[in-house]
Amino acid sequence: MLVVVCIKQVPDTTQVQIDPVTNTLVREGIPFIVNPYDAHALEEALRLKDQFGFRVAALSMGPPNAEATLKKALALGVDEAILLSDRVFGGADTLATSRVLSEAIAKLNQREQVGIVICGKQTIDGDTAQVGPGIATRLGYTQLTLVDHIEKLDPFQERITVRRKLEGRHEIVEAPLPVLLTVVREVNRPRYPTVPMRLESEEAVVQIWSNQELQLDQNGIGLKGSPTWVSRIFSPQREKGEIVGDGAVDPAGAAHLLVDRLLSRDLLVV
Amino acid sequence: MAPNPKLFAFLLALSASTFVIGCYRRFSLVALGRPEYRLDALGTRFSRMLRLAFGQERVLGKPFGANHFIIFWSFIILAVANAEFLVGGLLPQASLTALPEPLQHALLFLFDLVSLLALAGVLFAFARRLFFPEPSLSSDYVKARSPEAFLILSLIAVLMLAYFGMHAARIALGSEDPSALPVSALIAANLVAPLAITPSALAAWSWWLHALALLSFFAYLPQSKHMHILTAIPNCFLSDLERPNTQPREEFKRGMRFGVGRIDDFTWKDLFDSFSCTECGRCQETCPAAGTGKSLNPRSIIHAIKTNLLANGAALRTGDPPSLPLIEAGEAKSGEGSSGEAAIWACTTCGACMSVCPVLIEHMPKIVKMRRHLVQMKASFPEELTTFFENIEARYNPWGIAPTERTKWHGTLQVKAFEEGKTEYLLYVGCAGAFDARQKQVTVALATILDAAGVSWGTLGKVERCCGDSLRRLGNEYVFERTARDNVNLLVERGVKKIVTQCPHCFSTLKNDYRQYGLELEVVHHSELIAALIAAGKLDLKQRVADLGRLLFHDSCYLGRHNEVYAAPRQVLTAATGASPVEFARNGERSFCCGAGGGRMWQEEQEGERINLNRVREALRQEPDTICVSCPYCLTMMEDGLKDLQGGSVKVKDLAEVVAEGLRA
Repeated sequence: MLVVVCIKQVPDTTQVQIDPVTNTLVREGIPFIVNPYDAHALEEALRLKDQFGFRVAALSMGPPNAEATLKKALALGVDEAILLSDRVFGGADTLATSRVLSEAIAKLNQREQVGIVICGKQTIDGDTAQVGPGIATRLGYTQLTLVDHIEKLDPFQERITVRRKLEGRHEIVEAPLPVLLTVVREVNRPRYPTVPMRLESEEAVVQIWSNQELQLDQNGIGLKGSPTWVSRIFSPQREKGEIVGDGAVDPAGAAHLLVDRLLSRDLLVV
Repeated sequence: MAPNPKLFAFLLALSASTFVIGCYRRFSLVALGRPEYRLDALGTRFSRMLRLAFGQERVLGKPFGANHFIIFWSFIILAVANAEFLVGGLLPQASLTALPEPLQHALLFLFDLVSLLALAGVLFAFARRLFFPEPSLSSDYVKARSPEAFLILSLIAVLMLAYFGMHAARIALGSEDPSALPVSALIAANLVAPLAITPSALAAWSWWLHALALLSFFAYLPQSKHMHILTAIPNCFLSDLERPNTQPREEFKRGMRFGVGRIDDFTWKDLFDSFSCTECGRCQETCPAAGTGKSLNPRSIIHAIKTNLLANGAALRTGDPPSLPLIEAGEAKSGEGSSGEAAIWACTTCGACMSVCPVLIEHMPKIVKMRRHLVQMKASFPEELTTFFENIEARYNPWGIAPTERTKWHGTLQVKAFEEGKTEYLLYVGCAGAFDARQKQVTVALATILDAAGVSWGTLGKVERCCGDSLRRLGNEYVFERTARDNVNLLVERGVKKIVTQCPHCFSTLKNDYRQYGLELEVVHHSELIAALIAAGKLDLKQRVADLGRLLFHDSCYLGRHNEVYAAPRQVLTAATGASPVEFARNGERSFCCGAGGGRMWQEEQEGERINLNRVREALRQEPDTICVSCPYCLTMMEDGLKDLQGGSVKVKDLAEVVAEGLRA
């Protein structure tokens, strides 16, 4: 059985600033990282590999420099890495992206049966959380989102039981394979690559698939296939804060003042 | 009675073969270690050997050391007497009598006196182990009152008593001149008659007793910790001339093993060290981890290497992989030849163990080598470190703060960028100096001082990166390698010639570790630069800093022990306050770590007493108003410790802050 993990290279958003004049992201010199949720997806796929001996393929759509992200996945132990990279894929929204990714998964499925696809809950640059469900929909897979624990996997009965982390509660659900999971941070602690694996990954080849391999209708992908457009990006104006009391001179007094203030605004429940 | 040369020859052959087989068994195992060149700078090595091995410099650092000094030199002197004895046993006609009379007389006189001293030394050692053994004589694998120790002491005592017996008998028989042998003569005059034994019988019995004691001693030597009699002197000669924290680089090629995960990954010198350990317990006594109840004991690490090597010897000789693991997950069983991962991660790399070892065993590099294996081959380390490693790799600082915030400490200060040819000093701010709220105040104080003294300085601004100190001490050599290369390239590209740091860890890494990458710069710690500026009259300290009260100075391990900067910070504080700082009971080379070195800063400390609390308790005994430090780690650890112990109004200040206070008036 093949486990496919979808990962995305994203700008390190802690280092991204918005140009106050043009209202666009200043991306120059900003390092790229593996989307943090996808790092957990990758780890979960590798744990299935360790436990059941499944093969793991990492899949990413992006510009040619996204190869670095897939090299990291190879260093952590995925068996193959495929970069979906073509100018015609560029400018895609979540719909167009999920079309390309699901087509690539379908192509992999022709070679080896795909049982589980794992995605991060969302990316830290787009924050839509739509691509995972979009892939599941397009492939007709069961979608199990916000998974924080795989309770049980029976590869012979082809059934999986997972725990979903919802607001204020958990939900245990069971589904037949193939499934698509999206995972939250609590699902695991990603591993750290060993040096021999890093050295191996330097030599390993990332397969590049363009639309030549996928043969998708150009009207359904990239900018043309994307009904959603970002019209403007801006930072919301933050109200100016206020320093209550003088904590350096009278910390106890300042704390009292702060508690009174919070109570008066119903921000604190006694 | 004349000895029986044939019987003696047989016994000698038996003893010699046991000795040779024992030595061969061990030294052939040592030869299985990886290569390492230790025969450079022969002059330095020779003088180090004279000072430490023959001069017993570190042995004499403890009161009982004088006793060992006497026994050591007795052994050296009596080696001549014993050589004569062995030869004489085979060829009765060969003896010192062949020498000219006055020389022979002088030698016998010396041997007689030295034998008495040795006997006294042995009795003293007996008494010490029996009646007042220090805790450091015992460890998890051996107790102070071990049969082995008493066996060896008894053999030496018997050797000396038999020596006197032989010579007293000869004096009684009239064959030796009593004036040459005052002690033996005294015994001859007072003891031979009451013993109710004929002098010739006494001579024979004593001779055989001496022979048996000596031959047993040789046979037993390689089996015991007394192997150090053979290995300690060469071990001093072969000791590392580099700074102890500058471990060799690793070559990163596919198919290789990195770090030390099994016994034959160590170098031959690492293995030789394990046969040189005298089990004196100095390292154990001074180690901050061992002293606060952690599972690490540097002495047990060395002992485990020796035990592991012997246990795996058979497999290693046939080229098979060792079966007994060198490293065990969690805690290892004591004395069984493995070290626990918990112990390996407990080391602060403070270097205290190495600074006291009388035979110059290199404990800390072995621990770092094992960490290299755990990190690089197994990715097995305390989980807090994953975040630390990832932060350094992605954002070049331990906290994972955006590099763009590296210059936020500037505030309203005018900070210039370093410009080649225009700026003299690069101020290497360091991660703590740039990001840690408390240390940023020290950076500002230092910048104020440099400006006040008219020093030309600049920084690398936002492109400065972590020096990689913790990476290297934690065994992440692969990422350190990349960090060091990038940093060296940047420093060379920018034309930096002189660097000042406020962090002893940056200081030591830039100064010592980066030399392995071809970078030879003038790197100074801020304490050294400020001391020089004061000495040159460039800093006008307008007033004596008095409001900090009683000032206690804490030595940083990486400034002091690792780089021998002890005087500069004290000179600075004396100039700023008008009085020498108060000293800890453990200060200078004997200073006790704050607990944060060796990457311990980024790990939890759950085992035993917290090291910083131990140090702060020691500080509070001196009733200071201010604890003065010279390192960002020490600053954090002392402040945290004071909070935990409710240290009241005691403050912690970096020495730069003390000086800046004096400029303010």
